[in-house]
Amino acid sequence: MITIKNLHASVDGKEILKGINLTVKAGEIHAIMGPNGSGKSTLSSVLAGKEDYDVTEGEVLFNGKNLLDMPAEDRAREGLFLAFQYPIEIPGVSNINFLKTAVNEIRAYKGQEPMPAKDFLSLAKEKQKLVELDGKLANRSVNEGFSGGEKKRNEIFQMAMLDPKLAILDETDSGLDIDALKIVANGVNTLKNKDNAFIVITHYQRLLDYIVPDFVHILYNGKIVKSGTKELALELEAKGYDEIKKQFEKESVEG
Amino acid sequence: MITEKSTTAQNIIDRISASADKVGYLPDTTLVKALQMLEQQGIPSNRHEDYKYCNLDAILKKEFKNLNQSFLPVQQINEFRMKDAITLVVVNGAFSAALSDKMVIRGLHLQTFSELDESAKNKIATLANVDSDAFVALNTAFCSNGFYLRVERGAAIPMPVHVIYVNTAEGEALVNTRNFIELEEGAELQLIEEQVQIGSGKIFSNFLSEKLVAKNARLQSCLFQNESGQSYSVNTNQVQMARDSYYENTTVTLNGQVVRNNHQVVLAGENGVSHLNGLFLAGGTQLVDNHTLMDHQVPHCESNELYKGIINDRSTGVFNGKIFVRKDAQKTNAYQSSKNILLSDDATINTKPQLEIYANDVKCSHGTSTGKIDENALFYLNARGIGKESAKKMLLSSFAQEVILKIESEELRDKISHLFENRI
Repeated sequence: MITIKNLHASVDGKEILKGINLTVKAGEIHAIMGPNGSGKSTLSSVLAGKEDYDVTEGEVLFNGKNLLDMPAEDRAREGLFLAFQYPIEIPGVSNINFLKTAVNEIRAYKGQEPMPAKDFLSLAKEKQKLVELDGKLANRSVNEGFSGGEKKRNEIFQMAMLDPKLAILDETDSGLDIDALKIVANGVNTLKNKDNAFIVITHYQRLLDYIVPDFVHILYNGKIVKSGTKELALELEAKGYDEIKKQFEKESVEG
Repeated sequence: MITEKSTTAQNIIDRISASADKVGYLPDTTLVKALQMLEQQGIPSNRHEDYKYCNLDAILKKEFKNLNQSFLPVQQINEFRMKDAITLVVVNGAFSAALSDKMVIRGLHLQTFSELDESAKNKIATLANVDSDAFVALNTAFCSNGFYLRVERGAAIPMPVHVIYVNTAEGEALVNTRNFIELEEGAELQLIEEQVQIGSGKIFSNFLSEKLVAKNARLQSCLFQNESGQSYSVNTNQVQMARDSYYENTTVTLNGQVVRNNHQVVLAGENGVSHLNGLFLAGGTQLVDNHTLMDHQVPHCESNELYKGIINDRSTGVFNGKIFVRKDAQKTNAYQSSKNILLSDDATINTKPQLEIYANDVKCSHGTSTGKIDENALFYLNARGIGKESAKKMLLSSFAQEVILKIESEELRDKISHLFENRI
């Protein structure tokens, strides 16, 4: 589904991603873990198409198409979804109006007719239940006055409405208590199927008890330094990031 | 005596005297005073502090060298009619009985200036002072057959009154439009004033409205300015409020090459509440200049201003909000907010609060913010598949809605929202 080859990216002249290689196939869940500053958020922003970042080298193929050539809105329309770590508030733009516009612009891109209002509303009701998002919140402005947990659940609600092929969850678990975490995880697990894929970016192993990954990668200093299965996450939890830092700093000094 | 300052004024006087209505509608002494003021002071240029960003002397000299006052008739105004309102039509400054609805609402009285008796004539033209501004003087000297609208004591008019001011001419023309609107004690009115231009003439509209709001009366109004790219206007609103009264105005400016609004509210009675809201959109090389004045003369009044501007291309927006709190106006609450979005590197906004406070037990605050469209909000919308143009429109519309929602008429809110979205 997505192939990232030797991706280098910098911001304000400083190189953050130093050669990322990753392949994710349909039906898979990949977890990316790493300490602060390793480049986790940069990776998700670069994939989503945020213009602040310069891609200096490498390529990304998304379902055979050159992702890096597309503006952010086309990447979303091709089926890429980013659940933001810090979803912003947009006063004055209603949640429902925003989603309806998004759904219909994606449909237009695919040559489909806009979704009839009635169908949209019943779909929204159904998906709201999935993430236990209060109906009242849906009528407010995007994320306005939402608590941290509600904002994250709103991200998953949007994901459910847009039905992407590849969803990148950028530290969706940060700031969540156990109950909110379970709701988010349940939402993801319900949406997961053999045709879509997930990249779950997280700092802590805890989320991976609920969203069980097929592959775990450790990101350190802009590179994926180790890959494995879910056991790797448990190992990381036990030993901590210091172990990784020591191992790979030593290697880079020697190398 | 013609001074160098007043040549533009003299030129205008000469050209429009020839074709102006032969009969003056206001008391003679007032007319004489107005002409004198005009000849002495001339048209304000950018050396006049209040017109620093709006050099009307230069504008009139350059754009209106050949005023020929060749006005055109108007057959119908159906495209502007609202479904649920009492429609009054003013064509090139003169009230048009033919195009207006018949006045059959109880408590609502209308007379044109030509129908006024001596005592009524003396009553109008008492609020706006000819010495204060050349455009007040110009309008006083040369106004067309405007109207005096009165809402009777205790009458609550059940539908909005929609006044459509339509200007249309061939070549260059100057229109002096005037009205006097009075709400007697306890009266209530929802007023919509819409300014439009038909055809391709280059028209300078000098608009003056005096509004007298008596004790306990309530006037909710909207001034909707949607003229053409060839329209130039100075619009003066002089409002006098008695005790316990309420006055709210929302001015929406969507088009006009130069639009200068002077909105002055005098809170002359205790417990008065006044709200001035504005939304203006400028593009190309347009200039929209909103000057407001809230004059707290007595204690316990409240005033509030919210002006929002969206400036594009090489256009300029101005907001100057004066708040006077006189010595005796204790327990005044006066608030002012100016928020602006610049859409291009060459767009300019000049915003200035001007507070003169002479009382010592008051609450006054003012704030302003100016910036580009929020990049993070744009990216969030893009990242959900919403294209750049749609995303920009969504954000600008939501910015504008805060002011549009202040308009009481749903029909008008929808119309304005729709026209706004076509313009951005």
